[in-house]
Amino acid sequence: MQVELKNITKRFGSVVANKGVNLTIRPGEVLGLLGENGAGKSTLMNVLCGLYSPTEGEIVVDGTPVRFDGPGDAIRAGIGMVHQHFMLIPVFTVAENVVLGVEPVGRFDHLDLEKARAQVRRLSEEYGLAVDADALVETLPVGVQQRVEIIKVLFREADVLILDEPTAVLTPQEVDEFFQIVRSLCDAGKAIVFITHKLNEILEISDRISVIRRGEIVGSGDPKKLTRPDLAEMMVGHPVDFNVERAPFDPGEVILDVSDLTVLHDDGAVAVDHLSLQIRSGEVVGIAGVQGNGQSALIETLAGLRPPAGGKVLFEGADITTASPRARHRMGIAHIPEDRQAAGLIGSFTVAENMVLDSYYSARFSNRGSIDWGRVNAAATTATQDYDVRTPSIHATAGHLSGGNQQKLIVARELSRDTRLVIAGQPTRGLDVGSIAYIHARLMAARDEGDGILIVSSELDEILSVSDRILVMFKGRIVAEYEPNKAPVDKGTIGLAMAGAAP
Amino acid sequence: MSTEMNQAVQGRLIGRNQIEDLVLVPLYALVAALFLGALVMIATGVDLSTIGQSFIALVRGSVGSLNALSETLTAAAPLVLAGLGLALGFRAGLFNIGAEGQVIMGGLAAVVAGVAMADMPAVIALPAAIIAGALAGAFYAGIAGWLRAATGAHEVISTIMLNLISYRLLDYLLRTPLIQKEGRADPISKSIPEAAELPRLLTFIDPNLRLHAGVFLMLAMVVVAYWLLFRSKMGFEFRASGENAIAARFAGINAGLTIVLAMAVAGALAGLAGANQVLGVLGRATPGFSAGIGFDAIAVALLGRSHPVGVLFAGVLFGALEAGGRQMQVDAGVSIDLIGIIQALIIVFIAAPLLVKAIFPWGFRRTRSKEEEV
Ligand SMILES: Nc1ncnc2c1ncn2[C@@H]1O[C@H](COP(=O)(O)OP(=O)(O)O)[C@@H](O)[C@H]1O
Ligand SMILES: [Mg+2]
Repeated sequence: MQVELKNITKRFGSVVANKGVNLTIRPGEVLGLLGENGAGKSTLMNVLCGLYSPTEGEIVVDGTPVRFDGPGDAIRAGIGMVHQHFMLIPVFTVAENVVLGVEPVGRFDHLDLEKARAQVRRLSEEYGLAVDADALVETLPVGVQQRVEIIKVLFREADVLILDEPTAVLTPQEVDEFFQIVRSLCDAGKAIVFITHKLNEILEISDRISVIRRGEIVGSGDPKKLTRPDLAEMMVGHPVDFNVERAPFDPGEVILDVSDLTVLHDDGAVAVDHLSLQIRSGEVVGIAGVQGNGQSALIETLAGLRPPAGGKVLFEGADITTASPRARHRMGIAHIPEDRQAAGLIGSFTVAENMVLDSYYSARFSNRGSIDWGRVNAAATTATQDYDVRTPSIHATAGHLSGGNQQKLIVARELSRDTRLVIAGQPTRGLDVGSIAYIHARLMAARDEGDGILIVSSELDEILSVSDRILVMFKGRIVAEYEPNKAPVDKGTIGLAMAGAAP
Repeated sequence: MSTEMNQAVQGRLIGRNQIEDLVLVPLYALVAALFLGALVMIATGVDLSTIGQSFIALVRGSVGSLNALSETLTAAAPLVLAGLGLALGFRAGLFNIGAEGQVIMGGLAAVVAGVAMADMPAVIALPAAIIAGALAGAFYAGIAGWLRAATGAHEVISTIMLNLISYRLLDYLLRTPLIQKEGRADPISKSIPEAAELPRLLTFIDPNLRLHAGVFLMLAMVVVAYWLLFRSKMGFEFRASGENAIAARFAGINAGLTIVLAMAVAGALAGLAGANQVLGVLGRATPGFSAGIGFDAIAVALLGRSHPVGVLFAGVLFGALEAGGRQMQVDAGVSIDLIGIIQALIIVFIAAPLLVKAIFPWGFRRTRSKEEEV
């Protein structure tokens, strides 16, 4: 089944999300749709799957123009979408979720779950989608939940599968498994639209690439002939420098000295296991590791949010093992939380309010119990400009900003003051190339000014490109250390260490 | 750029969306509730002319005369005071059901302080009695806050329990020699001495007008609550914790302290409502003197969208319904319970803004809700 989008324009009020888009989707082929956050990828695909009706233009299926009045119409025509945000019911089993809305029923409206289970099993075997039909969805890792979403679409007999930023939530290992699934779907003759803003991924999996910028298709091509810089330039509209600029490595005195630190999870299990590390002034220490090996607990402890079960933390010589988050903040420790939506900002607060979320109480913004909003607004205006936070106004709510701008807002808040140590958890997860380069540049500037920087990331590429020293964390311990300045490090070796193979 | 500038300059001024939310929805909810109230009357066999009469009485009794306005404001003051407290709590993410108990404790403390100050001049006795009410309410609500912060006990449960305790405590204390009126066997408190009374404001026109200085207390507290919520450090902490407790904690805000403080402030305002009643209207405390103010105030806070100005309007509306309802009972013989039904219906409609928008499409911006939600 071949699907064509012809001259699709979609407006939301005055916002033009898509403008005159032409696109062809062919069976047995992966079409990679590349674009920055806010470029209009999701909107375009929501038009295709019947969720939005286009302002102009038409959808043509196998030569006949069609009109979708809802997702039901699209799925009947064989077009199904796995959304960026999953739409599963956590307390239902996999089989129940898959059949939801199209339940096989017997006499007296009896729900035939046995049939549902059988079909889930058949589909998972056919396409290599390993899932247990009887598992509760809430107990499954995200990677598996995603497979459930795919099975849901296949169950409805879709021939065209739209996958909206499917890899954003996956670990590197899960991404590899996921690509195998995509290939097997493709071999079975399905047409796949793969949406992402990650250059490596799109080059790896696509048969054809289209790049969308500000709602328009600005380029298409063959992944074998395109390079990362080509794609990045098409995507953001100007050449992107992938080399993170920084001063020569010249570390100073020790800023953070962690010794024999032990931290427990809420359930009492050991998260960080007798870990020691040091961070020096002017040094970026990158912690690599598969997620769930204690990195989050380590960051939380260093930020004062989780009391350690043992060990000691010294900051510039002072014992801060039990210092409160606010005390640490005042000492010049900046913390960029891993989960920016849940912990980094308050979506319903304005940009200005978020900008002072951890400094509103200081003499700079307050006197005698009341906040001086004039000064807050002035500081927020300066910070949004300095840190390139694109927002309609400092009074717009932060929840409405794109992910990249939300993260820039957090970075602006944390770095636009005197800092000595920056603790950054997954600082660029899910962001577009432009924002990633910008945030890296800001962190490097802090390093060059003599801050110590600790970056935790599950993206090995990121760790490799920014770190002066790389530590690999596995089961709560540091199991390997590399110094790229002394000897070139090999990705494969680090990968092995991440998987627990002692070097 | 100019629209951006405008937005920036206007800052926190109320935008179009908020007008829909704060003004249109409540207004339409009132209309719908009154209409359904009429249907209830028809269904219970009230004839049309009586229904007409009762609505006229409702208007007359609430705004139709100086006396009506006086009654409306007198009824509104405690609702607004307690409603402000609940609104602050809601903003901090605390669902405080305990205003009723806090009203009782505040009223009792005001009686005790007022009686003790009988020989003092009014400039000392009255503020002391008012402050005693606020402190007692703050302390009583603070218990629930502390339980939540220290042990995780949910404030809904603990405040309900504290309400039950306060009823019995009131019955008990009204019979103790310190509080009970001399020479009485039934549970009734000593009378508030004149020095501690909230002075009536309009007796120079007509000695029967009950409007008292509590109305100034109400207005002052609206301003204080607004300042607290949107201008103060403490209010910023309340709102941050209420909107996203995790982010607030990450930003270094002390969650436990914020909970206790928010409950205490909420309780202080409810305590003021209690003091307002005994010092301005009742002149003493009796069993059941709180008369459900703490529960009606929940509705007032919800109707007012937890915004101090919204709470003021909502409280005045509820006060008007109460005053008008009494007139309705007198003129048309319709039970005042109908007013309770109408008040409840307003809240139901407020809780379902989409329903309101579907019934009354006028005045709302035309949006395809399907696309807004995605
Ligand atoms: N429902 C909506 N109402 C108004 N604007 C929207 C809506 N959905 C998306 N937009 C706007 O359309 C543009 C494209 O958004 P989207 O398709 O989500 O981008 P992408 O998926 O590429 O990140 C953005 O500027 C976004 O703000
Ligand atoms: Mg998207």
